[in-house]
Amino acid sequence: MRTLLNTLYVQTQKSYLHLDNDNVRVEVEGERRGMLPLHHLDGIVVFGNVLLSPFLIQKLGRAHKPVTWLTEWGQFTARSETPVSGNVLLRVAQHACTCDPARTLAVARYIAAGKLQNQKTTLLRSAREAAEEDAPALRQAARDINAQIAVLPLAETVDEVRGIEGTAARSYFEVFSLMLRVNRDFFWLGERTRRPARDPINAVLNYVYTLLAGECASACQTVGLDPQIGFLHALRPGRQSLALDLMEELRPVVADRAVVTLINRQQLTPRDFTLHEGRTVTLTEDGRRTIIKHFQERKAEEVHHPLTGRKTPLGLIPHVQARLLAQHLRGDRPHYPPYLHR
Amino acid sequence: MDNPIPLSALQHFVFCPRQYALIHVEQTWTENAQTARGRGQHERAHGGGTEERGGVRTLRALPLVSRRHGLAGVADVVELLPDGSPRPVEYKSGRARPRLADEVQLCAQALCLEEMFGVSIPEGFIYHVASRGRRNVAFTPELRGAVLEARDGVRALLGSGELPPPAADERCRLCSLFDACEPFAPRDFPPGYDPFDTRLL
Ligand code: SF4
Repeated sequence: MRTLLNTLYVQTQKSYLHLDNDNVRVEVEGERRGMLPLHHLDGIVVFGNVLLSPFLIQKLGRAHKPVTWLTEWGQFTARSETPVSGNVLLRVAQHACTCDPARTLAVARYIAAGKLQNQKTTLLRSAREAAEEDAPALRQAARDINAQIAVLPLAETVDEVRGIEGTAARSYFEVFSLMLRVNRDFFWLGERTRRPARDPINAVLNYVYTLLAGECASACQTVGLDPQIGFLHALRPGRQSLALDLMEELRPVVADRAVVTLINRQQLTPRDFTLHEGRTVTLTEDGRRTIIKHFQERKAEEVHHPLTGRKTPLGLIPHVQARLLAQHLRGDRPHYPPYLHR
Repeated sequence: MDNPIPLSALQHFVFCPRQYALIHVEQTWTENAQTARGRGQHERAHGGGTEERGGVRTLRALPLVSRRHGLAGVADVVELLPDGSPRPVEYKSGRARPRLADEVQLCAQALCLEEMFGVSIPEGFIYHVASRGRRNVAFTPELRGAVLEARDGVRALLGSGELPPPAADERCRLCSLFDACEPFAPRDFPPGYDPFDTRLL
């Protein structure tokens, strides 16, 4: 049985991680800060200037537990490649599928459908909890996304799928701030911008998406898929296209939902942000810590998977999806079934 | 001779062809399967050697091969009777439950031993650790046939690289690959599951 294991996130600068019997020992300036049994870990994510002993890196590699290195601000830089579970046939099937426009289109359409469905669900759920004056706009956005879902089966190229997805994303992010009930004058969302973030919501979204992308890349590696060969995302050197593909369905329910919850519960407040000259925004260390903590707790929550019919921790959904995709690529199931959140 | 088929593959194949394919073709990595296999190898590596008791010599971790049948592997335990004739013995951690998969594996070892020692072997033993019981398995023509049939099945699956459909029966409850296999999840979209659904719930 695969169980939900922890990802160890280390963001205290100048930490030193090393092996102590079968434990990971975390030290900061010679002082012990924590011990974690290796077998409870799924992988380690370190931010910025964090040192890992060579023995630890090797031990993690042999146990198929990857290390991900991010900058202090959460930008992906590197990731250890563990001896993959093998299955060279799966990789060949994955490559063959990307060379087949019709099959690639089918997978891309289902991935986009999953994302749009989950955006719709997220908006409708917020509409039920929103103030009277905000609910109609949220519902309207859900209807607009619905209209995009309706045309999705008609898309004839992956480019068209991306266009539909983009239109839906605009409807979605236009009303994103209406899901917030507090600190609205501070938490506004201009356009979706990647780095550098130009407003606080973008700063949080970028950060949470990085965490989620890391989980999705691990899931690909665990089942033996090549994280760089995607279907909806264009292939680009250095881009983990497949990991980004898998992440699409999960963005609304894992990442966006987390951001809304943290702000509404006032666990994230204006104090957690630094506004810089020239209109850029970054999260403080405390802010990042709060997000990681929430993210970890959320991963343990069980959800019903509509296809397997089983209760599954949210944190394992990327693994389940990666496996379902692998089964589709190897001909074991006719379609890729996206995760539809209830 | 084609590449010999590993004896361990036969057992997986007879239990469930999909289990065999997941382990040997897809190389599915699960904590259970991997650690169990690792442990087996470990024990073999450290338990090698011989010992003698009451005229019966016990050989451990004996490498086996049959060129004629295209099989190879390692026997946990082989006993040599006073007349020098070998008998394979399989140790099973579970309780006494006759399973064709175990008997096929044992008989495959016997086929190798017959070729290596130039003798004919009428029977072998399965020792059930949980119940400390030892039972005889007669190497009937049917059982020998089943070994060769399984070998051919394994070879065919290896060659095609395909994944057989799930068994989706009682076997799955005991199977360490359940999660990777998802035997009971519908292969296609089940009723009520529609990614293009446009209802506003
Ligand atoms: S779960 Fe069932 S079908 Fe799947 S490999 Fe195991 S026994 Fe075979």
